[in-house]
Amino acid sequence: MSDTLIFTIVVISAIGALSAVILYFVSQKFQVYEDPRIDEAEALLPASNCGSCGFAGCRAFAQACVAAENLSQLSCPVGGKETMKALADYLGLEAVTVASNTAIILCNGTCEFRPKTSKYEGVQTCRAISTVYGGETDCHYGCLGFGDCVPVCQFDAIHMNLSTGLPEVDDNKCNGCGACVTACPKMLMQLQKQMPKNRKVYVACRNKDKGPVASKACKVACTGCKKCATVCTFDAIEMESHLAFIDSYKCTLCRKCVSVCPSGSILEINFPVRKLKNEEVPVE
Amino acid sequence: MLKTFKLGGIHPQGEKLTAAMAIQPLQLPKEVVLPIAQHIGAPSTVVVKKGDLVKTGSVIALSSSPVSSNLHSPVSGKVVKIEESLDASGFKKKSVVIETEGDVWEDSISRDFPQTNFENLSSAAILEKIREAGIVGMGGASFPTHVKLEIPAGMKVDTLLINGVECEPFLTSDHRLMLEHGEEILKGTTLLMKVLNVEKAILGIEINKPDAILLLNKLAKNYPGIEVEALQIKYPQGSEKQLIQAMTGRLVAPGALPASVGVIVQNVGTAYAVYEAVAKNKPLIERVVTVTGKGLSNPGNFLVRIGTPISDLIKAAGGLPENTGKVIIGGPMMGKAIANLNIPVTKGMSGIVLLPVEAAARLNDVPCIRCARCVEGCPMNLEPYLLMALSEKGLWERAEAGHITDCMECGSCSYTCPSCRPVLDYIRSGKSQVGKIIQSRRNSASTDINTSIKPAIPE
Amino acid sequence: MSHLLTVSPSPHTKSDEIIPKIMRSVIVALIPVMVLSAIFFGLHSLRIMLAAVLACVFFEYSIQKFILKVPPTVRDGSAVITGLLLAFNLPAGLPVGLIVLGSLVAIGIAKLSFGGLGQNPFNPALVGRVFLLISFPVQMTTWTANITAADSFTGATPLGLLKEGIKSGKSLATLAGDAQIPGYLDMFWGNMSGSLGEISAVAIILGGVYLLWKKIITWHIPAAVLGSIFIFEGILWLIAPDRFMDPVFHLITGGVMLGAFFMATDLTTSPMTPLGKIIFGVGIGVITMCIRNFGAYPEGISFAILIMNGFTPLINAKIKPKRFGGK
Repeated sequence: MSDTLIFTIVVISAIGALSAVILYFVSQKFQVYEDPRIDEAEALLPASNCGSCGFAGCRAFAQACVAAENLSQLSCPVGGKETMKALADYLGLEAVTVASNTAIILCNGTCEFRPKTSKYEGVQTCRAISTVYGGETDCHYGCLGFGDCVPVCQFDAIHMNLSTGLPEVDDNKCNGCGACVTACPKMLMQLQKQMPKNRKVYVACRNKDKGPVASKACKVACTGCKKCATVCTFDAIEMESHLAFIDSYKCTLCRKCVSVCPSGSILEINFPVRKLKNEEVPVE
Repeated sequence: MLKTFKLGGIHPQGEKLTAAMAIQPLQLPKEVVLPIAQHIGAPSTVVVKKGDLVKTGSVIALSSSPVSSNLHSPVSGKVVKIEESLDASGFKKKSVVIETEGDVWEDSISRDFPQTNFENLSSAAILEKIREAGIVGMGGASFPTHVKLEIPAGMKVDTLLINGVECEPFLTSDHRLMLEHGEEILKGTTLLMKVLNVEKAILGIEINKPDAILLLNKLAKNYPGIEVEALQIKYPQGSEKQLIQAMTGRLVAPGALPASVGVIVQNVGTAYAVYEAVAKNKPLIERVVTVTGKGLSNPGNFLVRIGTPISDLIKAAGGLPENTGKVIIGGPMMGKAIANLNIPVTKGMSGIVLLPVEAAARLNDVPCIRCARCVEGCPMNLEPYLLMALSEKGLWERAEAGHITDCMECGSCSYTCPSCRPVLDYIRSGKSQVGKIIQSRRNSASTDINTSIKPAIPE
Repeated sequence: MSHLLTVSPSPHTKSDEIIPKIMRSVIVALIPVMVLSAIFFGLHSLRIMLAAVLACVFFEYSIQKFILKVPPTVRDGSAVITGLLLAFNLPAGLPVGLIVLGSLVAIGIAKLSFGGLGQNPFNPALVGRVFLLISFPVQMTTWTANITAADSFTGATPLGLLKEGIKSGKSLATLAGDAQIPGYLDMFWGNMSGSLGEISAVAIILGGVYLLWKKIITWHIPAAVLGSIFIFEGILWLIAPDRFMDPVFHLITGGVMLGAFFMATDLTTSPMTPLGKIIFGVGIGVITMCIRNFGAYPEGISFAILIMNGFTPLINAKIKPKRFGGK
């Protein structure tokens, strides 16, 4: 009995020792040198692996940063300035300051403003409906409302508002990674410069139709009347095919455009409620 | 045993309600809308401007690239606008809108009698006339006919197939055309044979149109080289590759042209249009459209000018029934459902099918039971159940490896699915996604851009 | 118009061959088997079929409603079929308690725990049957005498007699001459001992032809199973006729017919492509004959089908249809 026990212990130990020796030599033979800074650099990154930097994940980005001679081509949109600063300091390189971004939704066509003119049946995703036709409303540029942008957001920053049928961005959670931008088949999600207190002024419309056609389809469509472009003193508003676009890098949040817009398609977000004004301004 | 294609295929109900209704001309519309992209390929270049007066048959837009087509005015009148307008594809396209002021034809067109000696034209002259007339495939795909007739270098064509299959349920426009204009179709076929320099043409007709087979068989005796072949009833026999296999037994490789196996396929409607263009100098400005549906009081086959709003057609067919749930452009298998009736008739529109509310709704889908009916039914011999799952999960590489791009969207998989799953919906979106990936891969390979580093967003 | 037009992707028409209709056709195809088993086993057969069907429907409904909290799917008829097929695989004398237990295993474990119809990797009725066979071997191999049989009938199945005979060292010639093994024509009609549904080859073929005619199954699996058994056993028989029975005996005894037409062709657990189905069927045939000729059990088709069910995902992954015009 005890013989068996001893024999077993000896054999098992011998196998273990032999394996250890083999493993040691194999690991020596096939060792791959890896810059230890990659681990350190990766630790500085947000670890969201969202891919918005253009790399397969945070580790791939860290590898690229360590290998790079300067950081001008590299930026982590999620971590923003602080992360890139910390990374630059660690690597002894110069930080390239990059603005943080935030997502906006270029459509405000709620059920109330933009009535449905047909009923869609089929797979309930924006991608599927966009292969069939322009959408359930007469506006072929607006939000389709099936929320393809919601699941792609890794920061839980986008949610569908069931009463409006539109997605909403939670500004506190949005990191500007841009995953939603690629998910939207109508290209309604866009990144713009993050302003103080998350304030935003933008034209919530992408309808390129002529004014009457656009406003027939949706009450808050941009008609391309150019009033906003005229009133803007900072040259921040561009007009293109009956549609206004506010360049967030030029905008100073003066909100003159908001008051002159006849269709109410320019939204102001995260501003204190305006006191008394004659015209009605949509405030979210 | 009648011929048919080997792999897959389904047998939907025929529902040919209008098979016995003679083609009737529709009165001129008040206004025509002409999308400049009615064909596969580059949109035509508009050559008129707002305010121009045009005659019936005047050129509106010219072919802009090797694969493109001319567009002619179907009425005489004034160009009132050039704007983005909704067409049968479901999307807005640039269109020329002409207000009808009458029906004055261009002098070069002989409306009633064929010009003498058209049979003696050279093949190059015939091809030029087809190109001038803006003829595209009338079966639905709308591929410019003159492009199809130019055989790529190194390929030798020996057989012309004329497609009179009309395998879609409900549609009867080709059937009526064969019955009423059989002679012209055969003359058109002879012209096409001359262009292609082939000795043999076979007209394929499914056995559910016995009167057309009988008539054309009789007529074809006077046309050397043309035979009529009766085919089994099976969908999608009208698809080019399936028809070639059914009638000649030849297999067209994935991505290859029919000419690679020595065959060119043309629709009977195209053959008729070719005859009209060559013999009468008449451009493609009208076509036969079937307007059908069980609720319609006066369904029928109408000869209608291109650009007529389909609401006019539905009015002529007895008006839109109250319980209409769906309006389909084309047949119920591959047609497009549309959201409103203000869209114009285009060159490739073979029918309008109205479905009642109860037939418009889809049945609830339940999980796949892996019965393999989609695999059995797929004429391209793919695995639709798998491609659907891969598209749903976004596994594009595996979908590509499963040849998702071979899918021709015939809908046999969705039709047969006992679980009522939207198989084709997913495959279609997966196919477009995989197509984009392949395209971008090709682009990046050709321009050799290093895409691994994305430029930083500027301050 | 008072309502909006519906827009959906093509196709806009749908075959009416949907799941409930398919299941109804399968039940129709099972009628000949039910009738013959009722003739040969009388009230026993009705008792077992009723118990199995009711138990399966009850378990499916109550597990989905109260445990899984999903809408019950008993209306599609698949639980009825599972119940019937389970009953066909049971001996006529089995106590109701065991039938209920087998139904619970078939529906609860083999079907619903994987997500219900379409998700189960193994044939539920066979899982139920094999569970009972392994857990209650005595009850599951106690064959109630066929009511048409003479008193001398011991109730053992031909395959059981064969296995016992070979174990006890009797030669095949003496076994075949033994009056206990019925004649081939009797066995073909079903006048032998066995499970409810497996005895009558005629009834099963009738139902199978109906399924083929209705295009619910394709010819590939039955042909591959029966063909491979015939060829495999035929070769053995030609080599050593004194050690192996002839192939016809093996085709009409035991559950081969039932398995080939009704169990192996189960839509969910069989491969998707024609070639895959043939490989699947040949696998079943070969494994069945290995078990029958060289294994401990007299009968092996249940095990063979379950083993090949396990290979189905692999077959699906490796056997791809040749695309149109492809090489």
